[in-house]
Parts: sequence; structure tokens; C-alpha cells
Amino acid sequence: MKVAITSNGNSLESKLDQRFGRCGYFIIYDTETQGLEFLPNPNKDVQEGAGPASVQLVASRNVQKIISGEFGIKIKSLLDSLKIQMIVLKQPEKSIKEIIDMLNN
Amino acid sequence: MSPRPFRLRKISNPPVISGFKPYGNKKNGGKTESVFLHLEEYEALRLCDYEMLNHHQAAIFMAVSRPTLTRIYSKARQKVAEALVQGRQIIIEGGKIYFDSEWYSCKSCSCYFNNPEKQEEIKECPLCRSSNFMNYEPDHEETEDTLTRCMDICICPSCGFETPHRFGCPCKDEICPECGNNMVRKGAPLIRNL
Repeated sequence: MKVAITSNGNSLESKLDQRFGRCGYFIIYDTETQGLEFLPNPNKDVQEGAGPASVQLVASRNVQKIISGEFGIKIKSLLDSLKIQMIVLKQPEKSIKEIIDMLNN
Repeated sequence: MSPRPFRLRKISNPPVISGFKPYGNKKNGGKTESVFLHLEEYEALRLCDYEMLNHHQAAIFMAVSRPTLTRIYSKARQKVAEALVQGRQIIIEGGKIYFDSEWYSCKSCSCYFNNPEKQEEIKECPLCRSSNFMNYEPDHEETEDTLTRCMDICICPSCGFETPHRFGCPCKDEICPECGNNMVRKGAPLIRNL
């Protein structure tokens, strides 16, 4: 199963990005193969519609869960219809490594 | 001037089927136009006629006002009756709605998560696998209590007894439980009895 995590950098030490649509990087983590994929977010500086565009990007990778600090109103209904689970984690000090460790145990 | 935008209606679950087909149509072989029952109308029917709620309770469930719910409900009945009488197919789709995705909060990793698979029950937190989670209700505070609560205080002018002011009840109508006098609003200029 694939999980997307929003991150503000492209390393395991980076922190969880509190925004979904305008985060720095998406990290796609595969819980079965333990594989990691770093996707730079092309919608980072978009004026409008960053959320839906990001959903499209993440959904194209067949992600089933998304971990982020916050989800906008436009995204919630979109993810609901795509049956992607949203996980809201309001802890900006958490690093990507810690989150992956939590997913593994 | 454009009209006021619709308020989105909250739907708890999508219907298990997407419509109804009539059978045994003798007249024209069932080739009539379908009736499009909106999802919000389906939900209104479900709440009022299946769950047997009154319109007020159903309106709260759908996050609309009571008159709006009644309007949606009457439209739903009208459409269902139309389909029954004219032998038309019912298709349940459309409408300005959002699904009430149930949110949960996990106590051990303090995250919030929702359940996209409505039929399946969640057994563990998707992040830390603990079972220590509970339903998260952001609208929990907006009960009648907050509506009737305000910062003002009623005070008894003769003995000084204080009680929180109740919204909608004038202070002068409140009777002090200590000495039986009429109370006044604290901080308001004292009205002298001549």
C-alpha cells in the first residue's frame, strides 16, 4: 500500500509540511517494498488550484493514504470520491523518518 | 444580483443502489423519461421516512435550515410520486452535497483521520496502529449551551448574589434565590425605585 507524505525537503530528515497543495515535496512510501519516491511539487507557487492539481499528481501514483498537516475544502470532497484516506497530523516538528517509523511498527 | 449560493447538504452515506426500474409497463414498453432524484432528496427521504426523524432533527443532520429541509423533502416526495404514477425510472444522482466523512482522532499519536470506505469499520489508527482512537466531532461545542451562554452576569441589587445571565431572559424578570428580589444586569446603571 502506498502512502503520500507532504514534506518541505527531499531527505528523510525533512519535516512534515503543514500544507497539502503547496508543500515542497511529496514523498510516496510503499509499505510493502519499503520503497521511497521523492516528487517535487510543481504546484508550489501556483496562484490558484494547487490542491486539486496536487491530488491529481498523487492519485496518479495510486496512493491510498495521504499524511499532511491540513487539507483544504476543495480537496476533501475530491479525496472522498477517490477513496483516499486523509490523515491530519498537526506536528510540524515531526520528521519524515519518524513518520515512516510510525507506519512500520 | 446573483442569488445567494446554495448551502451544501450533508449526506451521511451514498445510497446502496443508483436507481429503480419499473416493470410490467403495458402502455409503451417503459420508454419514458427518467426521474432524477437528487442525492439530497434521497437523504431527506431516508432521514424523514426511514429513520423517522422530524424535520428539525433531519435538518440538523443535513446541515441546512428546517424550512430548506422541508422544501427538499417535499420535492423528493413529488418526484417519487411522479415516478410511481407515470411508471418512470428513478435515477438517484446529482445535487449540491458533500459526504459526511467520519473523522476520528487518535489519542496516542494525536492525529486525525477519516474513513473513505464507509462500509468498513476502522479498527486501528492508520498511522500508529493503536486502537486508542475516538470519533472526532468538530461541531461538538455548538450545542444549545453555547447559544444561550453569554459573558454578562445578573446581580441582585440588595444582597449582591450573582448568577450568569441567560440569553433571552431579561435580568429584571429573574428572581434572586437568596432574598427574592428582582435582579439587574451587572455593570448597568442602577435603576432607582422612586
